[in-house]
Amino acid sequence: MSNKLLAKGLAGALAASVALVPLMAQAGDLVIESWRNDDIDIWNDKIIPAFNEQYPDIHVSFKPTTPTEYNAALNAKLSGGTAGDLVACRPFDASLELYKQGNLASLNDLPGMDNFSDVAKSAWQTDDGSTTFCVPMASVIHGFIYNKEAFEEVGVEVPKTTEEFFQVLDKIKEDGTYIPMAMGTADQWEAATMGFQNIGPNHWKGEEGRKALIDGSQKFTDKPYVDTFTELARWKDYLPDGFEAISYPDAQNLFSLGRAAIYPAGSWDISLFNKQADFKFSAFPPPAPAGSDTCYISDHTDIGMGLNAHSKNAKDAKVFLEWMTGPAFAELYSNALPGFFSLSNAKVDIKDPVAQEFVSWRQKCKSTIRNSYQILSRGTPNLENDLWNISAQVINGTLTPEQGAQKAEDGLAKWYAPHQK
Amino acid sequence: MAHSGPMTDWRKAKLPVFAFLAPATILYTLFMIYPLIDSIRLSFYSAPSGGDLAFVGFDNYRTILSDPDWASTFWNSFWNNMKFFAVHMLVQNPIGIALAAVLSLPRLKFRNTYRTLIFMPTMLSVVIVGFIWQLILSPVWGVGADILDIVGLKSLFGPWLGKEGSALITLAFISVWQWVGIPMMLIYAALLAIPEDLVDAAIVDGASHFEVFWHIKMPLILPTVAMVSILTFVGNFNAFDLVYTVKGALAGPNFSSDIMGTLFYRTFFGYQLQLGSPTLGATVASLMFMIILAGVLFYLFVVQRRMSRYQL
Repeated sequence: MSNKLLAKGLAGALAASVALVPLMAQAGDLVIESWRNDDIDIWNDKIIPAFNEQYPDIHVSFKPTTPTEYNAALNAKLSGGTAGDLVACRPFDASLELYKQGNLASLNDLPGMDNFSDVAKSAWQTDDGSTTFCVPMASVIHGFIYNKEAFEEVGVEVPKTTEEFFQVLDKIKEDGTYIPMAMGTADQWEAATMGFQNIGPNHWKGEEGRKALIDGSQKFTDKPYVDTFTELARWKDYLPDGFEAISYPDAQNLFSLGRAAIYPAGSWDISLFNKQADFKFSAFPPPAPAGSDTCYISDHTDIGMGLNAHSKNAKDAKVFLEWMTGPAFAELYSNALPGFFSLSNAKVDIKDPVAQEFVSWRQKCKSTIRNSYQILSRGTPNLENDLWNISAQVINGTLTPEQGAQKAEDGLAKWYAPHQK
Repeated sequence: MAHSGPMTDWRKAKLPVFAFLAPATILYTLFMIYPLIDSIRLSFYSAPSGGDLAFVGFDNYRTILSDPDWASTFWNSFWNNMKFFAVHMLVQNPIGIALAAVLSLPRLKFRNTYRTLIFMPTMLSVVIVGFIWQLILSPVWGVGADILDIVGLKSLFGPWLGKEGSALITLAFISVWQWVGIPMMLIYAALLAIPEDLVDAAIVDGASHFEVFWHIKMPLILPTVAMVSILTFVGNFNAFDLVYTVKGALAGPNFSSDIMGTLFYRTFFGYQLQLGSPTLGATVASLMFMIILAGVLFYLFVVQRRMSRYQL
């Protein structure tokens, strides 16, 4: 008797939970995976409502993860079959691997893909260029954001060459009111991304050096790379006390509270500073070493959007992706998120002055992308992760620039044939 | 039945015994033993990108233990973990014992208040503890430097969490601060179980409080101390959350705070551009399991058997 009651109870509970499932995942409910947790308001308040004006029947929700956890979490969700319908794509190998594993669908037949140049698409294509698997969304540009009022107070001008740059830092340090440069090495990635990849292209001549590393004609132990590490090592004296334990948000806060004069930046930092800093700020490109006539900037294809190959709402997801290829999205995204520059061919009018400054460098300097992203981070040890560790150690002073360069080269030579000669 | 001997009693009892054991056994097998065995099985396979799982025997173990890069990472995390464990054994457990001894003094006032306060951090989330200590020790906003300044020791302050030499030790101390309540509680309970007449007799014989603790109470709580040690060992070699919260999965600087849990996370799930490998991750997990198993077996067969127990 009691057994029967129990069985009935269990069956009831089961039925109830089955009944709940459709409530959680309705058809037409698109879920977007992304590492841009800073952008959640912009997606919810601007982008998704704009999409719904045109397509009111498709519900979209933006479900971001923190940047450092994104890849791990996404891989786990994809293999467990619980990932969202649309996934933000890291450029190059990370997404290529997802495509190879059958987790991302080909977008070759998506109308609107011809709104993007081949360079823009190259970050999300197979090596032979035959298949594109993510809609290119935006690139980010590296440079230095500076506190205009601090510069006026101390009486320094925007530096044009590396030597001027260090003179400016020296003056700010002497003056003592401001921390010359706000950055820490606790999280390691800023040292590589805002440091090494920011100032490096001027040394290795942008695309020229990046391609030479890939075909093996240049090595990390060559002059341009050792020079980059040497310049990076000089930063140490201008960073805040205890920079070894200062994290990325600490550095952002030091700058937005007006305590630091210069901030090695990615253009994505603009929107945070717009919100938090109550002083005027602008940006300058990484100063070139004396005697070089061309300047190079890191204009990194950073984010795209792909379709989960196992999505149950593929039809609706494609509608969303097609909308993302259009000019309306390009305009909306570039202006809602100043610092993320649309990769679309459509003419986009950028309104934010600091973002305008960043994007203006495209005219006078040559663009390149981060040298560790294409092909070179396919093996173990992973070059990008190695560069985090090495750049942080070079700034901390626990590795000399030469040792750092040697370590990067050794790691690469371990698995990458063109560097084994 | 008219004549129910012990035999029939046992037979009768059998069914209920199994019935009572079944839920725990089934659940434990389903959610602990099966996943454990399946994870060990996974460690004998390899999955090339886009390909299917293929049996590779001990190849993964060979990679991790003999490939120079993997081996140095693995042993680095192992020795870091040993240091992490050593700090807990040398700092957390003695402090736990001392606190329990003080708490069990007969004439202590506000005993419950102290006990609650010391136990409180144990109930906080590791994420919160990591965050609070990061703020306290922050060279920019932290009160750590100011507090040292009050006692005139500001020159000693440094970015401890960011230095290769001190990051791991600092993390271990944070963990000690959080968990010291556990050994304190367990040992306090063991101390309370000691009959008062034993203590009274010793005091009548002229023993001081310290002598009573050292010669009477300590031998009686040794089994609990041993149990606390093995719990510490298992807990430390499974630790992950604090290091991950404070230093991330790359456990910097230069992997100086990398312990086996963070190594496992990086290997299994991947990190940034490094893709995860479930099979190599399972290998790291199996190695962790074997290390913990070796420690527990050492405790069961060497330590526990030699320990003398007293009937109270």
